[in-house]
Amino acid sequence: MISVAIQKRLGDFRLDVAFDAPAGVTAIFGPSGSGKTSVVNAFAGLMRPDAGRVSVDDTVLFDAANRVDLAPQRRRIGYVFQDARLFPHMSVERNLHYGGSHDAARIIDLLGLDGLRDRMPAGLSGGERQRVALGRALMCDPKMLLMDEPLAALDAPRKAEILPYIERLRDEVQIPILYVTHDVSEVARLATTLVIIDAGKVATAGPVGKVLSQPELVPLLGVRAAGAVLTTKVAGRLLDDGLTELVFSGGRLILPGNLGVLGQTVRIRIPAQDVILAREAPNGISALNVLPVEITRLEQGRGPGVIVGLKAGEDPLLARVTRRSADRMALAVGQNIFAIIKATAVGPQDVGS
Amino acid sequence: MTDVFGPQEWTAIFLSLRVALVATIAALPVAIWIAYILARKTFPGRQILNGLVHLPLVLPPVVTGYLLLVLFGQQGPIGGFLQQTFGISLAFRWTGAALAAAIMAFPLMVRAIRLGFEAVDPGLEDAAATLGAPRWRIWCTVTLPLIAPGVLAGAVLGFAKALGEFGATITFVAAIPGETQTIPTAIYGLLQVPGSEPAVLGLVIVSVVLAMGALLVSEWLARRMAKRLGRA
Repeated sequence: MISVAIQKRLGDFRLDVAFDAPAGVTAIFGPSGSGKTSVVNAFAGLMRPDAGRVSVDDTVLFDAANRVDLAPQRRRIGYVFQDARLFPHMSVERNLHYGGSHDAARIIDLLGLDGLRDRMPAGLSGGERQRVALGRALMCDPKMLLMDEPLAALDAPRKAEILPYIERLRDEVQIPILYVTHDVSEVARLATTLVIIDAGKVATAGPVGKVLSQPELVPLLGVRAAGAVLTTKVAGRLLDDGLTELVFSGGRLILPGNLGVLGQTVRIRIPAQDVILAREAPNGISALNVLPVEITRLEQGRGPGVIVGLKAGEDPLLARVTRRSADRMALAVGQNIFAIIKATAVGPQDVGS
Repeated sequence: MTDVFGPQEWTAIFLSLRVALVATIAALPVAIWIAYILARKTFPGRQILNGLVHLPLVLPPVVTGYLLLVLFGQQGPIGGFLQQTFGISLAFRWTGAALAAAIMAFPLMVRAIRLGFEAVDPGLEDAAATLGAPRWRIWCTVTLPLIAPGVLAGAVLGFAKALGEFGATITFVAAIPGETQTIPTAIYGLLQVPGSEPAVLGLVIVSVVLAMGALLVSEWLARRMAKRLGRA
């Protein structure tokens, strides 16, 4: 459980952020300059708020009212910076053990660092640097982990290389993780809780599936990033076709690729712009996934699009159609229609475990 | 070359080395501290401190020497205090020559070390703090190793400047053979004496060799450091 409620004036910018989050990964999402890093720095002790309180589990890190302000050294909070910040004059081995050697063997194994130990940071790739930085933070036996856009400087293949490590970390290391990002697919893959910050304020906070499927947040997320996250179970494998069958409360989905073992929980993000709507059950189309849904909300965007909130079983979905289509189809809240999802719309970056 | 130099010249050479070494070593910690303050801290009066540090660079050396004489002479406020409290006398002593050399070398050292500080990302120190390192450990294991090239450059520049200091030295402590007569003041003195050209040439060659040697040593150290910093 992490808890923050702080105010800070930085020139003309006012930061006024408050949220609580349960264990697991809490993603902070928002445009650049919205104050995300300041919140993370308040946990680390690298930014002193003007007022408020910051705590992790039952440890108070900062409390203006009671004059508590632990030095960064005494907070035991691991911090993985966007630029890794490895010490350039130390080998990977010395970097890793700089703050401690807690559980070293397992962490080196978990992050695949064994082959890097004798190297110098200058010779590492971006992904390797982030893995070393992550290992270095974990070896201090932190009570919480801060990750400030750890993948932002990496290209797509490097991201794909490091994301599974972070997923393993989330599942194996039982500490809260605060994860700053502006990539919604990282949010969908990793986060339990999502906090959206805009202009120094919390726009919304809550469980990731709930927050991402709120149509009114689409302008904040950006139309391309909008899309619901579904928690599904692997129900079967269509081996001949290389497809995986997933079930959730709204029905079944067939997606390409090998997405885990039978019975495993898989989270998928379905981008709003890849959902097609139909008034009647369509026939003779190539899309494999047709779900009966109910319209829960219609949100006019600023552009030519309309965001349609849908309910498939108990789970929310989002679709983005043009205003022209919405008018022609006479879409209205409460209608029962069909959502068509192309199997290939869900990219591998949108699938997490 | 032994024939060229009389005992007075040899004394001047060793005295110069001693003065320059003592001046550099004594000034270095202060220069690192001032460079740190100027590079990292913002406080009222920062520009004034910056100006004071640089003053010896822009003042005529004779003026600096005269000010030293006024302040550190036996009747001067600081000189009198040192004399009465510790029995230390700087005026017309080799220690005074070292003080003059240190003051003159100081701005060059601060400038070089400050560049070293500015090249270090303070974020690395923040990272070390989040890893639990106390401030002294951050300083010893992160900051100091990373500014080492700047410190080295500052030390070499300072040493060379101290070795060649003339104006402030001769004004403050004169050129007493065996006590305050360094290579430059010795050369100047010999030039007034007819027939001493071989000795002058010899001292000039020694100056060149010492300066060149300092440069080569610093280059070699810099390369080793670059390797250790993983930039090679």
